[in-house]
Amino acid sequence: MQVPETFDYERVATVEEALQRLSHHGDEARLIAGGHSLLPMMKLRLALPEVLIDINDVPGLDHVRVVAGGEGGGGGEDEIAIGALVRHAAILTDPILGEHWPIFADAERKIADPLVRNRGTIGGSVCQADPAEDLSAVITALRGSVVVQSADGRRTVPIREFHTGPWETVVGDGEMVVEVRVPIRTSVGSAYEKVERRVGDWAVAAAGTFLRMDGNTIAEAGIGLAAVGATHMTCPEAEESLVGGPADADAFATAAGIVSAAVDPTADQRGPVDYKRHLAGELTRRALARSADRARDDSLREDA
Amino acid sequence: MATTMDVTMTVNGTEVTREVEPRTLLVHFVRDQLGLTGTHWACDTTNCGACTLWVDGEPVKSCTVLAVMADGHEVRTVEDLDTGGELNPLQQGFMQEHGLQCGFCTPGMLMTGQWLLDRDPDPDEATIREAISGNLCRCTGYENIVRAVRWAAEHGDGTAAGDDASADDHATDEVTA
Repeated sequence: MQVPETFDYERVATVEEALQRLSHHGDEARLIAGGHSLLPMMKLRLALPEVLIDINDVPGLDHVRVVAGGEGGGGGEDEIAIGALVRHAAILTDPILGEHWPIFADAERKIADPLVRNRGTIGGSVCQADPAEDLSAVITALRGSVVVQSADGRRTVPIREFHTGPWETVVGDGEMVVEVRVPIRTSVGSAYEKVERRVGDWAVAAAGTFLRMDGNTIAEAGIGLAAVGATHMTCPEAEESLVGGPADADAFATAAGIVSAAVDPTADQRGPVDYKRHLAGELTRRALARSADRARDDSLREDA
Repeated sequence: MATTMDVTMTVNGTEVTREVEPRTLLVHFVRDQLGLTGTHWACDTTNCGACTLWVDGEPVKSCTVLAVMADGHEVRTVEDLDTGGELNPLQQGFMQEHGLQCGFCTPGMLMTGQWLLDRDPDPDEATIREAISGNLCRCTGYENIVRAVRWAAEHGDGTAAGDDASADDHATDEVTA
């Protein structure tokens, strides 16, 4: 029987209370929401918090909404704000995310299984900082950010600076993630491609991309990579190779080649290094092609 | 460090209060402290879904939920599916279509299947397979489980037992059995 080591349990009703308890307990405390990453780690003694602070009752953290540029510490552009307690199941079917960024639903269909998706949250996913975690790759592709709150206020951290290593983030003692932000763009398409051995498994490799088009020219490109040892879960050289050129098969093959060369996967029971390297490139290519198709549809809709 | 806490929750419509360690998992709470052993306990790793029960109307894997997290919430287990001793349409479907062999996954399959039928009374095969993708069965190859859910969709409203249609079917089954 796998059960965690003993710990104290506290339930909080507000963000402020959670922050106060986090400050009080310091490094010995962990927040728990869905618990579907933390509890398995606790069962295996990979995590040994002395106190769990349950934030499931905290209101105001389960929204998906459009926020105007600059509101609440974001950047200068309109963004979608996703509360830290939004469950995977809600992301899968959310109409705002579905309209702007179908990459989220692509990824969510392949994240764990429907039962796990009823519990797991986006805040927990990014804070788990697992190099194979899909939502982090999605947010990385979109150049999103994470809003971190402490008693001193809020700070917004670009996702590409949020993870400091496997299972490590910039979130300090007395801080908690309250929101994830992704920008809103027009004339865009996005997609996520993942190969897993079976339903519910972590990715063998996964790639998410978006393209913003200016006519027939790629104006902006984003790539997120999971489970393949990509630095900050992305590949800037491949992104740069796409910008300014056409969205065609040659461009995608070139970017895929750069990704294959740049990633640093580890051989494990999910496959050898050369296979994962190949897969990272091929999934990038497929995601780019689908992104381009969807960008075309997006442009047609705007023109209509 | 506190050793135990009191938790109060509604389980299958009845309010219960028990003393638990914070680390007690919900699956062990319902099985060992409430004696509701219909919920099965197997992989311990959030994979197999044998421990699936509902918290606030949604199926979850109870090996990865703390009992203290369910404090103040509503839990429903497989013991609550029947109505007055009558199997509900989904349970009948598992009988009719031979939806179980060893039966270990069945409670989880039923709780996930009922959730699906409540939201989508007429699911197609792909929808059923997606819905039960977090519930593992090592016997049936899933074919008969999918048929069992379809049987329930065709023979009941998917939400309640004892209506005219299922009562009639039940009578017919007894005649033909």
